[in-house]
Amino acid sequence: MSAPRGPRGDGAPRATPTRGTPTRTAVAALVRKDLRAELRTGDTLPAMALFSISTFVLFHFGLDARSLEGDLAAGVFWVTMLFAAVLAVNRQFVAEREEGGFDGFLLAPVDRTSLFLAKAAVLFVFLVALQVVAVPAFAILLLEPSPGPGLPELIGLLLLADAGIAAVGTLVGALAVQTRAREVIVPLLVLPLMIPVVIAAARGTAPLWLEAGAAAVEGRWPLILGLYDLVFGLLAYAVFDYLLDE
Amino acid sequence: MPPTEHAEASPEAEGGRGASAAPAIALRDLGRAYGERVALSGVTLSVPVGQTLAVFGANGAGKTTLLRILATLLRPHRGEARVLGHALPGEGWAVRGRVGLLGHDPLLYRDLSARENLRFHARLHGLAGRARTAASSGAAASSGAAARPARGGSAGERIEGLLEAVGMTRRADEPVHTLSRGMVQRVAVCRAVLHEPELLLLDEPLANLDPGAAAAVGALIGPGAGVTRVVISHDVAHGLAEADVVLGLRGGKQALAVSRAAVDEAAVRELYR
Repeated sequence: MSAPRGPRGDGAPRATPTRGTPTRTAVAALVRKDLRAELRTGDTLPAMALFSISTFVLFHFGLDARSLEGDLAAGVFWVTMLFAAVLAVNRQFVAEREEGGFDGFLLAPVDRTSLFLAKAAVLFVFLVALQVVAVPAFAILLLEPSPGPGLPELIGLLLLADAGIAAVGTLVGALAVQTRAREVIVPLLVLPLMIPVVIAAARGTAPLWLEAGAAAVEGRWPLILGLYDLVFGLLAYAVFDYLLDE
Repeated sequence: MPPTEHAEASPEAEGGRGASAAPAIALRDLGRAYGERVALSGVTLSVPVGQTLAVFGANGAGKTTLLRILATLLRPHRGEARVLGHALPGEGWAVRGRVGLLGHDPLLYRDLSARENLRFHARLHGLAGRARTAASSGAAASSGAAARPARGGSAGERIEGLLEAVGMTRRADEPVHTLSRGMVQRVAVCRAVLHEPELLLLDEPLANLDPGAAAAVGALIGPGAGVTRVVISHDVAHGLAEADVVLGLRGGKQALAVSRAAVDEAAVRELYR
């Protein structure tokens, strides 16, 4: 067998290393890795979808209501989304922790915040994919009015809320994975931090799901979600680096 | 045996091979604690560029802690550490990407294949060129063409060459969790040298390897690799045979730090009693 003689030995197959990998390259590599692993194992997304649908079914029977509308429908939907997100946050950094991903990442010449950006992007993708399933399931199982008329506004609210959940969830996930009681720490930290998201998202969604037909969304709720995303996104970006220190 | 035979090893003065002016590793009174437990204390030595430091010591002596400090994964709590000319931890950013670590953990994702893991690490290290598809890469490797491509080849060529060198081409597309320990170790060796590091940090690098695999990875991480190496080994004879500088640790403290010529096998074996 003709073997390369070593990392710098003559005749070895070589690639040209660069000093300092661009952040976008590192983020793309991490996102691709996580999505590939999820496609292969289905560890997270199926669990989130099953959890959401099971919850809708439980509410269907628990509330003894064949259909919901307005505030109640929006509240049930967003609380379910939040708990489903907790499942993903719990698993977000498990591979990095248990399979040496943190060390492999920290040995590379990359900006540490690229891990935050990648993990937040993956969580955002998971949430969007979940809602592609969960919104129709919710409409079938619980929602009285059709979600169709207010769909563009609903998509906007979903994306704004998902961004906030992804930013804060990623920060909490990185913090919790360093502890032994990860499954307890994540909901204890995530749920209180997400109260503003749930309030704004539910209040924003409620007019879209009125029995009388979709009404206009109050402008302040998307604005609050946007501000939350900005503030907590920047905060998480700023402190994430310190979470990777030993 | 006294606890410290030599406070500092400077093999240049004793005719060590490959000596040069600026050391690859320079440690002075290095220490590290985990809470109140001192894991490493008072380590002082110098390793010239291109030489091999062999680290010996019983379990819990502080060997892995030392390796992780040199890899920038742990901060020293005491003393000074300069690696590849940069002070740690302050200039760790300048060292990352120039070090290859092969530790107890393979640093491979179990659900990805060997090839996918190596591509991922190649991207993280910013290796030039896109990794090719598995099919085309495999074909190139099987033809032997990828083993010695021209300099400046793509990351894909580098990956295929390394996989072929360690005999993992045929199993390279199987998830890592389906591979035996020895195979995982072979892939981990590829991961450690993928980015052509200037400093190799090796913790029991031949663990789980059969003699054939050990010979194959030896070409990549052995003395012939042509880079500075720090090797932790419990095989005293083998470790000494490769060493230029010898560090012995006992209970986290430096028990000896000498050039290879100044120590015999019996003195090293004393560390394990």
